[in-house]
Amino acid sequence: MRHTISVLVTNEFGVLSRISGLFSGRGFNIESLSVAETLDPHVSRMTIVTSGDDKVLEQINKQLNKLINVIKVYDFTGEDHIERELALVKVNITADSRAEILSIVDIFRAKVVDVSPRTYTIEITGDEEKISALTELLRPFGIKEIVRTGRIAMARSPKQK
Amino acid sequence: MTKKNGAVILLECLIKEGVDTVFGFPGGAVLPIYDALYDSPIKHILVRHEQGAVHMADGYARALGRPGVVIVTSGPGATNTVTGIATAYMDSIPMVVITGQVPTALIGNDAFQEADIVGITRPCTKHNYLVKDLKDLPRIIKESFYIATTGRPGPVLVDIPKDVLTAVMGELKYPDKITIESYQPNYKGHPGQIKKALQLILSAKRPVVYAGGGVVLSNAAQELTAFAEKLGIPTTTTLMGLGGFPGTHDLFMGMLGMHGTFCANMAVTNTDCLIAIGARFDDRVTGKIDEFAPYADIVHIDIDPTSISKNVSVDIPIVGDVKEVLKEMVKALPQAKALKEHRKGLSEWQAQINEWRTTHALSYNQEPNGKIKPQFVIEKLYELTKGNAIITTEVGQNQMWAAQFFKYDKPRSFLTSGGLGTMGFGFPAAIGAQIAFPKSTVAVIAGDGSLQMNIQELATAVQYKLPVKVVILNNMVLGMVRQWQELFFDKRYSHTCISVAPDFVKLADAYGAVGLRAKKPSEVEQVLKEGLAVKDRPVLMDFRIDQFEGVYPMVPAGQPLNKMLLV
Ligand SMILES: Cc1cc2nc3c(=O)[nH]c(=O)nc-3n(C[C@H](O)[C@H](O)[C@H](O)COP(=O)(O)OP(=O)(O)OC[C@H]3O[C@@H](n4cnc5c(N)ncnc54)[C@H](O)[C@@H]3O)c2cc1C
Ligand SMILES: Cc1ncc(C[n+]2csc(CCOP(=O)(O)OP(=O)(O)O)c2C)c(N)n1
Repeated sequence: MRHTISVLVTNEFGVLSRISGLFSGRGFNIESLSVAETLDPHVSRMTIVTSGDDKVLEQINKQLNKLINVIKVYDFTGEDHIERELALVKVNITADSRAEILSIVDIFRAKVVDVSPRTYTIEITGDEEKISALTELLRPFGIKEIVRTGRIAMARSPKQK
Repeated sequence: MTKKNGAVILLECLIKEGVDTVFGFPGGAVLPIYDALYDSPIKHILVRHEQGAVHMADGYARALGRPGVVIVTSGPGATNTVTGIATAYMDSIPMVVITGQVPTALIGNDAFQEADIVGITRPCTKHNYLVKDLKDLPRIIKESFYIATTGRPGPVLVDIPKDVLTAVMGELKYPDKITIESYQPNYKGHPGQIKKALQLILSAKRPVVYAGGGVVLSNAAQELTAFAEKLGIPTTTTLMGLGGFPGTHDLFMGMLGMHGTFCANMAVTNTDCLIAIGARFDDRVTGKIDEFAPYADIVHIDIDPTSISKNVSVDIPIVGDVKEVLKEMVKALPQAKALKEHRKGLSEWQAQINEWRTTHALSYNQEPNGKIKPQFVIEKLYELTKGNAIITTEVGQNQMWAAQFFKYDKPRSFLTSGGLGTMGFGFPAAIGAQIAFPKSTVAVIAGDGSLQMNIQELATAVQYKLPVKVVILNNMVLGMVRQWQELFFDKRYSHTCISVAPDFVKLADAYGAVGLRAKKPSEVEQVLKEGLAVKDRPVLMDFRIDQFEGVYPMVPAGQPLNKMLLV
């Protein structure tokens, strides 16, 4: 099963390779990884998408916690949370297809962020399914290039006052 | 205010940590440190190969229970330490390794003698550092010792560029205390879990204690003995746990695992309650994992959560320090009278254990006029030292015989490379142990193959007048590998014959050590006596043993523990 894990780490030299080395050295999967500073500039957050059975996930969690630079590990699985990825899609356009592409972009609340005589570059954010749905619809027009970020996630705040 | 350079500051930090001995080898990048050592009270042991330095520091740490410290230069000096560091890492040995590095401005430029040692050792250190600024050095040294020695111990490497060593600063302000937000080992076991565990243990009909290196690391041998005695629980240890429970104790069943005793392996297979204490369910111990302790509920005490339910799923985990947890458990035990009743209730199990103990006891057959049996040499060594010795081992058959035929009553008296199984460990480790305990008898039980992997350290032992006893079980083969070829590769002895070897007696002489040889069983005692009497230099004792002696019992890899090949 797939898990989205958030790892808070001290923002130090070599931390990324400690984490990625742990995953490769112990044969854990990394499907995506994104890293950025948090509000506290000494702390970074890594959001890792990984997979494995319960036993593997238990080890991933414990092994991450064992690293000296890791402050906190949080697995979003089973929690109410929001996940987002961002993708840039460069798609071929022709006089005939332009309007149709724009309407797809509109339906997905995506944006055209760059235009050339032959291509549109479309920016979309959303969860994985949304991005895949868009790319599937654009594929028949000819996708020249696609770049996706890793996934990021945040727990939802409790709804009651 | 007087200014001091980074090298002087470093040594002052080490002194603040209570370091009085370091093991090392100089070179360009660490010249400032060596210059500072010239008038430092710290004793520096000059080795002949950096791997030797690390194993010495390791042996020193294992024997003494304090971290070993190593200083080496950049590039090749640093890379030569890697096997030693990995050895210490696998066995959770506290150690601080200081490597020189090229000046900060040259890092990443393929500068002369540059190696990315922080990158190389990331997976085999508990933590490591590159010091980029002298002002960070005291904190980093403080953290290094703290990390190396607390929680599950391990090696820490500190890489210091040359310009940091030559930079100057004012008086050293060494932090007294340190806390690291993201590193807070847990020592106290959870009271609820301890209670649950005790209930289970007290209700068990066939309990077994399986104790490991964690007992030794936690200095909890006494607590373990008290625990097992009060409850009357038969006890086995791993290779790393030997000495953590008295080897001559009535409750002791010997080592378990691939080369464990019949008794220990049968007991673990049949127990209904396995109490794992500071042990990590290594594959050499469990054999076929699905059939390990199949009838048991398992309690596991370990300070490292990653050790728990990693290989075998555990019913009652207790994360904490062995010593602390056992103290709590012993405190919570019922009254003496009730305990006596409880022990009586285990008498049937005890009788079964005793039967296993005697039916297939460890044995060998020494013909008076036959070839020397290695087990005989070890038993004689035990007899002559009355067990009063620190024994290190190399790796292979020698190591297993040393585990089986010498009895270790005290913790830290048996030092061996268990996890990595590093040939070349035993001799330098013995040197380190001898430095820690100058008055004790320190002997390495060695194979002729392994010994040659760090034989150059003979010069170190001679230089410092260390009377390390090198007991060579010389079978002229890579015996353990040869045994596997015999059993599993149709006796196709591919590249395991090493009969082209130095004459160890002459070699000892060439180095200024003492060399002795025994070719017949009748010479064994005399050679050992003579060797043990030497007080001012190392002794190589070349015992020409039976080449075809094997280590038994043996559980073939991947088989369950009760499927042992017996002699
Ligand atoms: C040729 C060869 C053959 C071998 N055959 C055997 C064999 O037959 N039988 C055998 O047993 N081994 C054998 N070994 C050794 C084996 O490979 C392992 O090294 C060994 O079994 C591990 O011992 P351990 O489980 O005690 O763990 P260790 O490696 O000693 O680990 C210690 C455990 O205790 C924990 N710990 C540390 N400090 C504390 C503390 N303060 N409080 C609580 N917990 C703590 C750690 O987290 C860890 O889980 C062999 C090795 C070689 C080279
Ligand atoms: C550095 C290293 N290389 C290879 C091995 C694999 N190995 C394990 S035991 C062994 C044979 C050891 O021979 P020797 O030291 O003569 O000891 P014996 O088994 O004969 O007692 C070998 C080659 C190892 N453990 N370590």
